[in-house]
Amino acid sequence: MSLVPGGRVIEPGSALKFLTGDWRSFRPVYDDKKCSHCMLCWMYCPDETILVKDGKMNGIMMTHCKGCGLCAKHCPKKAITMIQE
Amino acid sequence: MTISLKELAKTPTKMTAGHRLCGGCAEGTVVRQALMATDKPVVVSTATGCFEVSTTIYPYTAWNVPWIHTAFGNVAATAAGTEAAYNALRRRGKIKDEMNFLAIGGDGGTYDIGFQALSGALERGHRFVYLCMNNEAYMNTGIQRSASTGIGAATSTTPAGDIIPGKQGYPKDMTQIVASHHIPYVAQVSPHNWKDIITKFKKAYDVDGPSFINAICPCPRGWRTEAEDSMILGQLAVETCVWPLYEVVDGNYELTGESLRIAEGKLEKKPIMDWFKSQGRFRHLMDDKWAKVIKGAQADVDKKWERLKKLAKL
Repeated sequence: MSLVPGGRVIEPGSALKFLTGDWRSFRPVYDDKKCSHCMLCWMYCPDETILVKDGKMNGIMMTHCKGCGLCAKHCPKKAITMIQE
Repeated sequence: MTISLKELAKTPTKMTAGHRLCGGCAEGTVVRQALMATDKPVVVSTATGCFEVSTTIYPYTAWNVPWIHTAFGNVAATAAGTEAAYNALRRRGKIKDEMNFLAIGGDGGTYDIGFQALSGALERGHRFVYLCMNNEAYMNTGIQRSASTGIGAATSTTPAGDIIPGKQGYPKDMTQIVASHHIPYVAQVSPHNWKDIITKFKKAYDVDGPSFINAICPCPRGWRTEAEDSMILGQLAVETCVWPLYEVVDGNYELTGESLRIAEGKLEKKPIMDWFKSQGRFRHLMDDKWAKVIKGAQADVDKKWERLKKLAKL
Protein backbone atom coordinates (compact mmCIF):
# COMPACT_ATOMS: atom_id res chain seq x y z
CA MET A 1 0.00 0.00 0.00
CA SER A 2 1.47 3.37 -1.03
CA LEU A 3 1.64 6.14 1.55
CA VAL A 4 0.43 9.69 1.00
CA PRO A 5 2.50 12.76 2.03
CA GLY A 6 1.51 13.99 5.46
CA GLY A 7 0.65 10.51 6.65
CA ARG A 8 -2.95 10.94 5.58
CA VAL A 9 -5.27 8.01 5.01
CA ILE A 10 -7.38 9.03 2.03
CA GLU A 11 -9.05 5.79 1.00
CA PRO A 12 -12.18 4.87 2.97
CA GLY A 13 -12.61 1.29 4.12
CA SER A 14 -9.03 0.37 3.23
CA ALA A 15 -8.91 -2.09 6.15
CA LEU A 16 -10.46 -4.56 3.69
CA LYS A 17 -6.94 -4.96 2.31
CA PHE A 18 -5.75 -6.18 5.69
CA LEU A 19 -6.59 -9.86 5.87
CA THR A 20 -7.52 -10.91 9.40
CA GLY A 21 -8.44 -14.42 8.24
CA ASP A 22 -5.04 -15.78 9.25
CA TRP A 23 -5.88 -15.24 12.95
CA ARG A 24 -8.32 -18.10 12.75
CA SER A 25 -7.90 -21.39 14.61
CA PHE A 26 -11.44 -22.59 13.87
CA ARG A 27 -13.09 -22.36 10.49
CA PRO A 28 -16.84 -21.98 9.83
CA VAL A 29 -18.21 -24.43 7.26
CA TYR A 30 -21.38 -23.24 5.57
CA ASP A 31 -24.01 -25.61 4.24
CA ASP A 32 -26.26 -23.71 1.83
CA LYS A 33 -28.81 -26.55 1.71
CA LYS A 34 -29.69 -26.12 5.40
CA CYS A 35 -29.63 -22.30 5.33
CA SER A 36 -32.97 -20.46 5.58
CA HIS A 37 -31.38 -17.06 4.89
CA CYS A 38 -32.62 -15.58 8.15
CA MET A 39 -29.47 -13.41 8.21
CA LEU A 40 -28.96 -13.75 11.96
CA CYS A 41 -25.32 -14.68 11.30
CA TRP A 42 -24.93 -11.45 9.35
CA MET A 43 -26.45 -9.45 12.19
CA TYR A 44 -24.15 -10.90 14.84
CA CYS A 45 -20.88 -11.12 12.90
CA PRO A 46 -18.63 -8.43 14.42
CA ASP A 47 -16.47 -8.40 11.28
CA GLU A 48 -19.13 -8.17 8.56
CA THR A 49 -17.69 -11.27 6.90
CA ILE A 50 -21.06 -12.78 5.96
CA LEU A 51 -21.48 -12.17 2.25
CA VAL A 52 -24.89 -10.92 1.18
CA LYS A 53 -26.39 -11.11 -2.29
CA ASP A 54 -29.89 -9.68 -2.87
CA GLY A 55 -30.63 -9.88 0.85
CA LYS A 56 -29.56 -13.55 1.05
CA MET A 57 -26.67 -15.31 2.73
CA ASN A 58 -24.02 -16.01 0.12
CA GLY A 59 -21.14 -17.61 2.01
CA ILE A 60 -18.46 -16.34 4.34
CA MET A 61 -15.52 -14.07 3.51
CA MET A 62 -12.78 -16.43 4.63
CA THR A 63 -10.04 -13.86 3.98
CA HIS A 64 -11.31 -11.85 6.96
CA CYS A 65 -13.26 -14.29 9.20
CA LYS A 66 -11.54 -14.51 12.61
CA GLY A 67 -13.30 -17.77 13.45
CA CYS A 68 -15.03 -16.53 16.61
CA GLY A 69 -17.97 -18.88 16.07
CA LEU A 70 -20.80 -16.43 16.85
CA CYS A 71 -22.52 -17.28 13.54
CA ALA A 72 -22.41 -21.04 14.19
CA LYS A 73 -23.62 -20.58 17.78
CA HIS A 74 -26.72 -18.64 16.76
CA CYS A 75 -27.63 -20.34 13.47
CA PRO A 76 -31.18 -21.67 14.02
CA LYS A 77 -30.79 -24.27 11.23
CA LYS A 78 -27.25 -25.38 12.19
CA ALA A 79 -26.14 -24.47 8.68
CA ILE A 80 -22.75 -23.30 9.97
CA THR A 81 -20.42 -25.64 11.86
CA MET A 82 -16.98 -24.85 13.27
CA ILE A 83 -14.07 -27.19 12.48
CA GLN A 84 -10.45 -26.93 13.50
CA GLU A 85 -8.37 -25.09 10.90
CA MET B 1 -42.09 0.36 12.97
CA THR B 2 -41.09 -3.07 11.72
CA ILE B 3 -37.50 -3.96 11.14
CA SER B 4 -36.63 -7.01 9.09
CA LEU B 5 -33.23 -8.64 8.95
CA LYS B 6 -33.56 -9.24 5.23
CA GLU B 7 -34.11 -5.53 4.58
CA LEU B 8 -31.29 -4.52 6.90
CA ALA B 9 -28.94 -6.93 5.13
CA LYS B 10 -29.32 -4.84 1.98
CA THR B 11 -27.92 -1.70 3.66
CA PRO B 12 -24.46 -0.55 2.56
CA THR B 13 -21.39 -1.43 4.61
CA LYS B 14 -20.37 1.59 6.68
CA MET B 15 -17.61 -0.14 8.61
CA THR B 16 -15.63 -2.79 6.76
CA ALA B 17 -14.03 -6.07 7.75
CA GLY B 18 -10.29 -6.05 8.37
CA HIS B 19 -10.46 -4.07 11.59
CA ARG B 20 -8.31 -5.51 14.34
CA LEU B 21 -10.85 -6.16 17.12
CA CYS B 22 -10.39 -9.54 18.82
CA GLY B 23 -12.46 -12.39 17.40
CA GLY B 24 -15.90 -12.43 19.02
CA CYS B 25 -15.72 -8.84 20.31
CA ALA B 26 -19.25 -7.50 20.65
CA GLU B 27 -18.14 -3.93 19.89
CA GLY B 28 -18.03 -4.70 16.17
CA THR B 29 -21.60 -5.96 16.30
CA VAL B 30 -22.85 -2.97 18.30
CA VAL B 31 -21.30 -0.38 15.99
CA ARG B 32 -22.60 -2.15 12.90
CA GLN B 33 -26.08 -2.11 14.46
CA ALA B 34 -25.69 1.58 15.33
CA LEU B 35 -24.70 2.45 11.76
CA MET B 36 -27.38 0.38 10.03
CA ALA B 37 -30.13 2.18 12.00
CA THR B 38 -29.87 5.34 9.92
CA ASP B 39 -30.13 6.02 6.18
CA LYS B 40 -28.85 9.58 6.50
CA PRO B 41 -25.16 10.45 6.25
CA VAL B 42 -23.46 9.99 9.60
CA VAL B 43 -20.31 11.55 11.02
CA VAL B 44 -18.56 9.39 13.60
CA SER B 45 -16.09 10.36 16.27
CA THR B 46 -14.51 7.84 18.61
CA ALA B 47 -12.73 8.36 21.90
CA THR B 48 -9.51 6.47 22.49
CA GLY B 49 -10.24 2.87 23.32
CA CYS B 50 -10.26 -0.59 21.79
CA PHE B 51 -12.56 0.46 19.03
CA GLU B 52 -10.75 3.62 18.00
CA VAL B 53 -7.41 1.84 17.94
CA SER B 54 -8.50 -1.32 16.17
CA THR B 55 -10.45 0.30 13.35
CA THR B 56 -7.78 2.81 12.37
CA ILE B 57 -4.37 1.15 12.55
CA TYR B 58 -2.17 3.12 10.16
CA PRO B 59 -2.24 3.10 7.16
CA TYR B 60 -5.65 1.47 7.11
CA THR B 61 -9.10 2.60 8.11
CA ALA B 62 -12.20 0.46 8.46
CA TRP B 63 -14.52 3.47 8.10
CA ASN B 64 -16.58 4.14 5.01
CA VAL B 65 -18.14 7.19 6.67
CA PRO B 66 -16.46 10.42 7.84
CA TRP B 67 -14.62 9.66 11.03
CA ILE B 68 -12.77 11.91 13.51
CA HIS B 69 -10.16 10.76 15.98
CA THR B 70 -10.20 12.44 19.38
CA ALA B 71 -8.35 12.06 22.65
CA PHE B 72 -9.62 9.88 25.46
CA GLY B 73 -11.65 12.48 27.28
CA ASN B 74 -13.33 14.67 24.71
CA VAL B 75 -15.35 12.68 22.21
CA ALA B 76 -18.58 14.39 23.26
CA ALA B 77 -16.94 17.80 22.75
CA THR B 78 -15.75 16.76 19.28
CA ALA B 79 -19.20 15.57 18.27
CA ALA B 80 -20.72 18.76 19.68
CA GLY B 81 -18.24 20.87 17.71
CA THR B 82 -18.96 18.94 14.52
CA GLU B 83 -22.66 19.52 15.00
CA ALA B 84 -22.11 23.23 15.64
CA ALA B 85 -19.98 23.53 12.47
CA TYR B 86 -22.64 21.67 10.50
CA ASN B 87 -25.35 24.04 11.77
CA ALA B 88 -23.26 27.07 10.81
CA LEU B 89 -22.63 25.73 7.29
CA ARG B 90 -26.26 24.78 6.87
CA ARG B 91 -27.41 28.26 7.86
CA ARG B 92 -25.24 29.66 5.09
CA GLY B 93 -26.62 27.15 2.62
CA LYS B 94 -23.30 25.37 2.11
CA ILE B 95 -24.69 22.02 3.25
CA LYS B 96 -28.12 20.85 2.17
CA ASP B 97 -28.19 17.25 3.48
CA GLU B 98 -29.54 16.27 6.84
CA MET B 99 -26.87 14.51 8.86
CA ASN B 100 -26.48 12.51 12.02
CA PHE B 101 -23.62 12.65 14.48
CA LEU B 102 -22.42 9.64 16.41
CA ALA B 103 -19.94 9.84 19.26
CA ILE B 104 -18.53 6.53 20.46
CA GLY B 105 -16.72 6.01 23.74
CA GLY B 106 -15.82 2.99 25.79
CA ASP B 107 -16.73 2.74 29.43
CA GLY B 108 -13.41 4.33 30.36
CA GLY B 109 -14.03 7.20 27.93
CA THR B 110 -17.55 7.68 29.25
CA TYR B 111 -17.82 6.71 32.91
CA ASP B 112 -14.40 8.03 33.91
CA ILE B 113 -12.29 10.17 31.60
CA GLY B 114 -14.87 11.57 29.19
CA PHE B 115 -17.57 12.33 31.72
CA GLN B 116 -16.96 16.06 31.96
CA ALA B 117 -17.08 16.59 28.18
CA LEU B 118 -20.17 14.39 27.94
CA SER B 119 -22.02 16.18 30.72
CA GLY B 120 -21.20 19.55 29.16
CA ALA B 121 -22.32 18.55 25.67
CA LEU B 122 -25.58 17.12 27.05
CA GLU B 123 -26.25 20.29 29.00
CA ARG B 124 -25.63 22.50 25.96
CA GLY B 125 -28.17 20.40 24.06
CA HIS B 126 -26.26 19.51 20.89
CA ARG B 127 -28.02 17.12 18.54
CA PHE B 128 -25.88 13.98 18.58
CA VAL B 129 -26.05 10.34 19.61
CA TYR B 130 -23.59 9.20 22.23
CA LEU B 131 -22.88 5.48 22.24
CA CYS B 132 -21.11 4.07 25.27
CA MET B 133 -19.69 0.61 24.63
CA ASN B 134 -19.44 -0.80 28.10
CA ASN B 135 -17.09 -3.75 28.38
CA GLU B 136 -16.62 -3.10 32.09
CA ALA B 137 -12.89 -2.30 32.18
CA TYR B 138 -10.06 -0.60 30.27
CA MET B 139 -9.65 -3.55 27.90
CA ASN B 140 -7.47 -1.68 25.38
CA THR B 141 -4.65 -1.08 27.85
CA GLY B 142 -4.83 -4.46 29.57
CA ILE B 143 -7.99 -4.95 31.62
CA GLN B 144 -7.66 -2.28 34.30
CA ARG B 145 -10.73 -1.64 36.44
CA SER B 146 -13.05 1.25 35.56
CA ALA B 147 -16.05 2.84 37.25
CA SER B 148 -18.28 0.38 35.41
CA THR B 149 -16.46 -2.79 36.50
CA GLY B 150 -18.83 -5.01 38.49
CA ILE B 151 -18.13 -5.98 42.07
CA GLY B 152 -15.96 -9.07 42.43
CA ALA B 153 -14.43 -8.86 38.95
CA ALA B 154 -10.74 -9.71 38.78
CA THR B 155 -8.87 -7.13 36.70
CA SER B 156 -5.17 -6.34 36.45
CA THR B 157 -5.53 -3.50 38.97
CA THR B 158 -7.99 -5.34 41.23
CA PRO B 159 -6.58 -8.88 41.20
CA ALA B 160 -8.46 -11.46 43.20
CA GLY B 161 -6.42 -12.97 46.01
CA ASP B 162 -6.54 -13.98 49.65
CA ILE B 163 -7.37 -10.50 50.91
CA ILE B 164 -9.65 -8.90 48.27
CA PRO B 165 -12.28 -10.53 46.02
CA GLY B 166 -11.42 -8.58 42.86
CA LYS B 167 -13.06 -5.17 42.52
CA GLN B 168 -14.54 -3.88 45.74
CA GLY B 169 -17.54 -1.61 45.35
CA TYR B 170 -20.38 -1.42 42.88
CA PRO B 171 -20.33 0.09 39.39
CA LYS B 172 -21.81 3.54 38.96
CA ASP B 173 -25.07 3.77 37.09
CA MET B 174 -24.12 5.93 34.13
CA THR B 175 -27.45 5.55 32.33
CA GLN B 176 -29.24 7.01 35.35
CA ILE B 177 -26.68 9.79 35.67
CA VAL B 178 -27.20 10.74 32.02
CA ALA B 179 -30.99 10.48 32.43
CA SER B 180 -30.64 13.06 35.21
CA HIS B 181 -29.47 15.55 32.57
CA HIS B 182 -33.09 15.42 31.33
CA ILE B 183 -32.10 14.96 27.69
CA PRO B 184 -34.73 13.76 25.18
CA TYR B 185 -33.58 10.16 24.84
CA VAL B 186 -31.58 7.73 27.00
CA ALA B 187 -31.49 3.95 26.59
CA GLN B 188 -29.71 0.86 27.75
CA VAL B 189 -29.17 -1.91 25.19
CA SER B 190 -27.53 -5.26 24.54
CA PRO B 191 -26.41 -6.45 21.07
CA HIS B 192 -28.08 -9.89 21.37
CA ASN B 193 -31.51 -8.23 21.06
CA TRP B 194 -30.93 -6.69 17.64
CA LYS B 195 -34.52 -5.55 17.18
CA ASP B 196 -34.42 -3.67 20.45
CA ILE B 197 -31.04 -2.04 19.82
CA ILE B 198 -31.86 -0.92 16.26
CA THR B 199 -35.26 0.45 17.31
CA LYS B 200 -33.56 2.43 20.06
CA PHE B 201 -30.91 3.79 17.72
CA LYS B 202 -33.60 4.88 15.24
CA LYS B 203 -35.34 6.76 18.04
CA ALA B 204 -32.06 8.26 19.20
CA TYR B 205 -31.19 9.59 15.73
CA ASP B 206 -34.67 11.07 15.37
CA VAL B 207 -34.78 13.24 18.49
CA ASP B 208 -33.95 16.92 18.32
CA GLY B 209 -31.23 17.10 20.95
CA PRO B 210 -28.70 14.86 22.63
CA SER B 211 -29.35 11.17 23.09
CA PHE B 212 -27.35 8.58 24.96
CA ILE B 213 -27.22 4.82 24.46
CA ASN B 214 -25.35 2.57 26.84
CA ALA B 215 -24.54 -0.84 25.34
CA ILE B 216 -23.07 -3.80 27.16
CA CYS B 217 -20.22 -5.27 25.09
CA PRO B 218 -19.05 -8.68 26.32
CA CYS B 219 -15.26 -8.92 25.98
CA PRO B 220 -13.95 -12.48 25.54
CA ARG B 221 -10.41 -11.42 26.47
CA GLY B 222 -11.16 -9.41 29.60
CA TRP B 223 -14.13 -11.40 30.86
CA ARG B 224 -12.30 -14.70 30.32
CA THR B 225 -15.01 -16.21 28.17
CA GLU B 226 -15.28 -18.05 24.86
CA ALA B 227 -15.45 -15.85 21.75
CA GLU B 228 -18.65 -17.54 20.56
CA ASP B 229 -20.49 -16.67 23.81
CA SER B 230 -20.50 -12.87 23.46
CA MET B 231 -24.17 -12.54 22.54
CA ILE B 232 -25.26 -15.14 25.09
CA LEU B 233 -23.50 -13.17 27.82
CA GLY B 234 -25.33 -10.02 26.77
CA GLN B 235 -28.57 -11.93 27.10
CA LEU B 236 -27.54 -13.31 30.48
CA ALA B 237 -26.75 -9.79 31.73
CA VAL B 238 -30.30 -8.81 30.82
CA GLU B 239 -31.94 -11.92 32.26
CA THR B 240 -30.12 -11.60 35.59
CA CYS B 241 -31.13 -7.89 35.68
CA VAL B 242 -27.46 -6.89 35.91
CA TRP B 243 -28.10 -4.94 32.71
CA PRO B 244 -31.83 -4.18 32.32
CA LEU B 245 -33.07 -3.04 28.92
CA TYR B 246 -34.96 0.23 29.20
CA GLU B 247 -35.35 3.65 27.68
CA VAL B 248 -36.09 7.08 29.07
CA VAL B 249 -38.08 9.18 26.60
CA ASP B 250 -38.51 12.76 27.81
CA GLY B 251 -38.21 11.61 31.39
CA ASN B 252 -40.60 8.66 31.08
CA TYR B 253 -39.06 5.30 31.91
CA GLU B 254 -40.05 2.26 29.90
CA LEU B 255 -38.71 -1.27 30.17
CA THR B 256 -38.20 -3.09 26.86
CA GLY B 257 -37.31 -6.54 25.53
CA GLU B 258 -36.57 -9.30 28.05
CA SER B 259 -36.62 -6.83 30.95
CA LEU B 260 -40.25 -5.94 30.25
CA ARG B 261 -41.13 -9.64 30.15
CA ILE B 262 -39.36 -10.23 33.46
CA ALA B 263 -41.23 -7.31 35.06
CA GLU B 264 -44.53 -8.70 33.73
CA GLY B 265 -43.71 -12.14 35.11
CA LYS B 266 -43.52 -13.80 31.68
CA LEU B 267 -39.83 -14.58 31.98
CA GLU B 268 -37.90 -15.81 34.99
CA LYS B 269 -35.37 -13.49 36.58
CA LYS B 270 -32.15 -15.49 36.87
CA PRO B 271 -30.01 -15.39 40.01
CA ILE B 272 -26.78 -13.40 39.85
CA MET B 273 -24.85 -16.62 40.44
CA ASP B 274 -25.58 -17.53 36.78
CA TRP B 275 -23.85 -14.33 35.74
CA PHE B 276 -20.81 -15.00 37.96
CA LYS B 277 -20.54 -18.63 36.85
CA SER B 278 -20.46 -17.68 33.18
CA GLN B 279 -17.18 -15.74 33.30
CA GLY B 280 -13.60 -16.51 34.24
CA ARG B 281 -13.11 -13.08 35.81
CA PHE B 282 -15.50 -14.15 38.60
CA ARG B 283 -14.11 -17.68 38.99
CA HIS B 284 -12.63 -17.00 42.45
CA LEU B 285 -16.09 -16.09 43.78
CA MET B 286 -17.07 -19.77 43.66
CA ASP B 287 -15.00 -20.18 46.85
CA ASP B 288 -17.25 -20.21 49.96
CA LYS B 289 -15.03 -17.51 51.42
CA TRP B 290 -16.63 -14.92 49.14
CA ALA B 291 -20.28 -15.89 49.68
CA LYS B 292 -20.78 -12.47 51.24
CA VAL B 293 -19.77 -10.76 47.98
CA ILE B 294 -22.33 -12.75 46.00
CA LYS B 295 -25.04 -12.02 48.57
CA GLY B 296 -24.20 -8.31 48.46
CA ALA B 297 -24.17 -8.26 44.65
CA GLN B 298 -27.58 -9.96 44.51
CA ALA B 299 -29.02 -7.46 47.00
CA ASP B 300 -27.59 -4.57 44.95
CA VAL B 301 -29.05 -5.89 41.67
CA ASP B 302 -32.44 -6.48 43.34
CA LYS B 303 -32.46 -2.99 44.83
CA LYS B 304 -31.65 -1.33 41.49
CA TRP B 305 -34.15 -3.51 39.65
CA GLU B 306 -36.97 -2.68 42.07
CA ARG B 307 -36.15 1.01 41.77
CA LEU B 308 -36.20 0.78 37.98
CA LYS B 309 -39.57 -0.99 38.05
CA LYS B 310 -40.92 1.79 40.23
CA LEU B 311 -39.60 4.42 37.81
CA ALA B 312 -41.25 2.55 34.92
CA LYS B 313 -44.45 2.32 36.99
CA LEU B 314 -44.61 -1.47 36.77
